[in-house]
Amino acid sequence: MKTLAELQAIREAMKDKVSLRSGNQGVRVVVGMATCGIAAGARPVLSTFVEEVSKQGLSDKVTVTQTGCIGICQYEPVVEVFDGDKEKVTYVKMNAEKAKRVVEEHLKGGNVVHEYTIGESKI
Amino acid sequence: MIRSHVLICGGTGCTSSGSKRVRERLEKELEAKGLTEEIKVVQTGCFGLCAIGPMMVVYPDNVTYSHVTPEDVPEIVEEHLLKGRPVQRLFYKEGEEKADVHGVSSLSETNFYKVQKRVALRNCGVINPEIIDEYIARDGYMALAKVLTEMTPDDVIQTLLDSGLRGRGGAGFPTGLKWKFAKASQNDQKYVCMNADEGDPGAFMDRSVLEGDPHVVLEAMAIAGYTIGSSQGYIYVRAEYPIAVQRLNIAIKQAREYGLLGDNILGTGFKFDIELRLGAGAFVCGEETALMTSIEGKRGEPRPRPPFPAVKGLFQKPSILNNVETLANIPQIILNGAEWFASMGTEKSKGTKVFALGGKIRHTGLVEVPMGTTLRQIVEEVGGGIPNGKKFKAAQTGGPSGGCIPAEHFDVPVDYENLAAIGSIMGSGGLIVMDEDNCMVDIAKFFLKFTVDESCGKCTACRIGTRRLLEMLEKVTSGKGELEDIDKMEELCNYIKQNSLCGLGQTAPNPVLSTIRYFRDEYIAHIVDKKCPAGVCKDLLTYTIDKDKCIGCGMCAKGCPAEAISRTDYTAPGHKLASFAIDASKCVKCGACEGTCKVKAISKK
Repeated sequence: MKTLAELQAIREAMKDKVSLRSGNQGVRVVVGMATCGIAAGARPVLSTFVEEVSKQGLSDKVTVTQTGCIGICQYEPVVEVFDGDKEKVTYVKMNAEKAKRVVEEHLKGGNVVHEYTIGESKI
Repeated sequence: MIRSHVLICGGTGCTSSGSKRVRERLEKELEAKGLTEEIKVVQTGCFGLCAIGPMMVVYPDNVTYSHVTPEDVPEIVEEHLLKGRPVQRLFYKEGEEKADVHGVSSLSETNFYKVQKRVALRNCGVINPEIIDEYIARDGYMALAKVLTEMTPDDVIQTLLDSGLRGRGGAGFPTGLKWKFAKASQNDQKYVCMNADEGDPGAFMDRSVLEGDPHVVLEAMAIAGYTIGSSQGYIYVRAEYPIAVQRLNIAIKQAREYGLLGDNILGTGFKFDIELRLGAGAFVCGEETALMTSIEGKRGEPRPRPPFPAVKGLFQKPSILNNVETLANIPQIILNGAEWFASMGTEKSKGTKVFALGGKIRHTGLVEVPMGTTLRQIVEEVGGGIPNGKKFKAAQTGGPSGGCIPAEHFDVPVDYENLAAIGSIMGSGGLIVMDEDNCMVDIAKFFLKFTVDESCGKCTACRIGTRRLLEMLEKVTSGKGELEDIDKMEELCNYIKQNSLCGLGQTAPNPVLSTIRYFRDEYIAHIVDKKCPAGVCKDLLTYTIDKDKCIGCGMCAKGCPAEAISRTDYTAPGHKLASFAIDASKCVKCGACEGTCKVKAISKK
């Protein structure tokens, strides 16, 4: 037998999982997952973003999805962040650790992690 | 950690076009690629676009794939789910004329969904109907909790009355009033019944709700139980709906496990349980007294009213009977308030209505629009219009109890009163679109054949009256009709309407009356000219071969099942072979020859 509190707890726990299906138009985090991206290690980056966004309670506002090759294979794994009319931010040479920081500082805190962006990258 | 959900429709429409094999293949491919921890496959209820099934929707990308086959699955997994490149060739394309290489990837961008407003269908195509937690995630059972903890039965009734909700089964009786009468009846035992005996040809609204969101009706029935003071509910569903029955059973079991049905619901002391009763598919069992008689285990026949079920219903106890769609609206009304619901629709018809679109229409499927949407919007915008460049002739609503709406009323806002005023009814929501190739006399005959078969035989007016009426229609379509038959039919129709015991007989003549009202000229063409203008009624057709067009290839003769076509002695000028001719005495008018002729020398008149 469930009480009302338990029912509400199930609702809260499940809400995030089902909200994925609302196709919301908030911030979109797009991970390059073409052959080049996967070879350079995009899979752990993608899963870290998914996990961290959920952990930080950002699922309502942030959608994590993947895309194909955008043509800068030497910079993979590439992650792009789209936020409404703001200029898109492109992070390059990402890994799981960097992804965590981006979620914490950029997606949650609102401050772009400049040192990971393509403009700062030294190649 | 799940990053993506792949929704595959598991409604009856997509199941019959093979969605189960697609799902199995997808699960296998994900397993092989090691993606089972990242991507979740969700079997949902109906999305509404049955015409393009099997359907698949990928979130969070919000990409819709149509006509997916198991062979397409490896490409979707490899390209889209792994590499993030949606497979454009499988995108749903809306209407041939607008099709471009990109199609439409997101469902919400389509005209099909833009006009729609989903209340009763809000969870269909969104949640997995076999998992109660997904329903709870979408505020499921919160309305029941609110009712049990914050509202009195009178509050619930007042909310329903204020909302203006009316019965979606067809008659449009105010739901709040029905509950109020049942609450006022004093008895130790009362019953809550749900009518899921959807029997109109071409209607599948209720089935889709049950398949896509079974918990919503359980929740609403429990709310009804609390309101009228009942501890037992019965769902009367037809055995021909195996998927709906299976999901209802799963849902009832889960709700019991969660203590949302049974004793002491949510710790409030309220007790309510639900049982299924399977109907054998008799149309008359959709009538409330016949349905209750059938639940009691007796032969499903109607009885005279009064006493009304609110006083003496199932097992002679006060009972209410609500339709599936009516109940599906109720939890939302409780949670969002009466004003929210009353803000949709027209003055006397509030909320939305679900329609099952069928017939000559591009997007065969399930739609939900606000009351007051015009027929033109439903057919042209939502339904995508009529295929093959044909012209709209009429729409049939209400099935065998309803009537036809001709093109001249195409712009009428659809609600209970307007449809009644033009000689049709809202009905439960079947909407069959007809084009210039449909013969209206034949349509009337089709529906009448159905009611003749389904009449239970208890009262004479219906049993014998409908049969005589059908014979008169057959006389007309076989070219033996006389002009006075039209008046005789109208007289008989009115007699049947006035003298039948239940709704089946009282409404059975409607298809005949409305076609005579709007398409009398077609009846006259059948009777006076002995012609069927739409070229449907076989007895009035003749197929002929234009001997000067015929090139003598003989394809028609090869395909003729009656061996009615043979070569003549005549060779048309400029042709090498002698032409063919049809022997009218042997011809069975199947039309097979017409399709085989390359030079279009065969015509029907």
